[in-house]
Amino acid sequence: MSQVLVVTSGKGGVGKTTSTAAIGAALAMNGSRVAVVDFDVGLRNLDLVMGAERRVVYDLINVVQGEAKLQQALIRDKRLETLYLLPASQTRDKDALTSEGVARVMDDLRESFDWIVCDSPAGIERGALLAMRHADVAVVVTNPEVSSVRDSDRIIGMLDAKTAKAERGEYMEKHLLLTRYDAARAERGQMLKVDDVLEILSIPLLGIIPESEAVLNASNVGCPVTLTAADSAPARAYIDAARRLEGDVIPMMIPADKRVGFMGKLFGRRAA
Amino acid sequence: MTIFDFFRPARSAPVARDRLQILLQHERVSAGASDLIAVLREEILEVIARHVEIPAEKVQVKMQRDEAISTLEVEIELPNPIRRRAAA
Repeated sequence: MSQVLVVTSGKGGVGKTTSTAAIGAALAMNGSRVAVVDFDVGLRNLDLVMGAERRVVYDLINVVQGEAKLQQALIRDKRLETLYLLPASQTRDKDALTSEGVARVMDDLRESFDWIVCDSPAGIERGALLAMRHADVAVVVTNPEVSSVRDSDRIIGMLDAKTAKAERGEYMEKHLLLTRYDAARAERGQMLKVDDVLEILSIPLLGIIPESEAVLNASNVGCPVTLTAADSAPARAYIDAARRLEGDVIPMMIPADKRVGFMGKLFGRRAA
Repeated sequence: MTIFDFFRPARSAPVARDRLQILLQHERVSAGASDLIAVLREEILEVIARHVEIPAEKVQVKMQRDEAISTLEVEIELPNPIRRRAAA
């Protein structure tokens, strides 16, 4: 049975696109057929993070408006053969997405894929609502920072009220993905702790992604961090999160990169 | 302030947590579930007003969201003496 997952947050810049790419790739690594869908019309970036920016021919809006077939718009990942990307339009107006059109595309995707991972635009406007509309499960990406937590709370309220599932009176499954977490700073009382955020938002925890250089390195080269640096701390956290989505029970931990001390950094850089 | 405070960074996270808890408690009532709350309040008031005379502001509806359940708190203040409406 296929599952539609929306990656959402309200606030921009917290790691929705990075998380969509990383989780999508991790699910595909487990053998699932996965489509990652960019809903950020006008500001598409999932293609860039996935390294497929030069292969975009047709996009979501072309498919919604019947100008291209779904199969023509889907871009197959060069590294994982069960991973596909449906890019957003860069030039068209976001109003070109219609609720009925999106519903039709989602139904078509459900026929060919196990997982449809929707990368929501920031904000709480129409684009974000369309991205979450047909979801079976939501991943709420949150930074341990006041404005991100507040916006996540708002998005959780919308997931419970404005999705098709909620309107049918069904329970909307929601998971918290805490990104850019720095365990040492949290321990020193300088950053909200995991438990603080969980207590405030009251949704189950899917994973804790530690702040790491590997994430920027991955987007620099256009490859999901779970593929390009599978041993890095964030990749291990994303891989565990993907397995939890598939129903595996894995103990929650905060992976850490190998620490390079001050002297190591000083001399490591000179050596490099 | 001693010289040691200089080396000990301030613990700002507890402040962040407290501010968020207070803010969100308020926002969840006023904005988060506003549609539902407004509808419920309207209809509850309507039912009560059918039987007793009651000013609109005497019906308070609040929602508290928790992990497993959400609770709806309805507070209805009936002015004394209670003035029943004649059965319609």
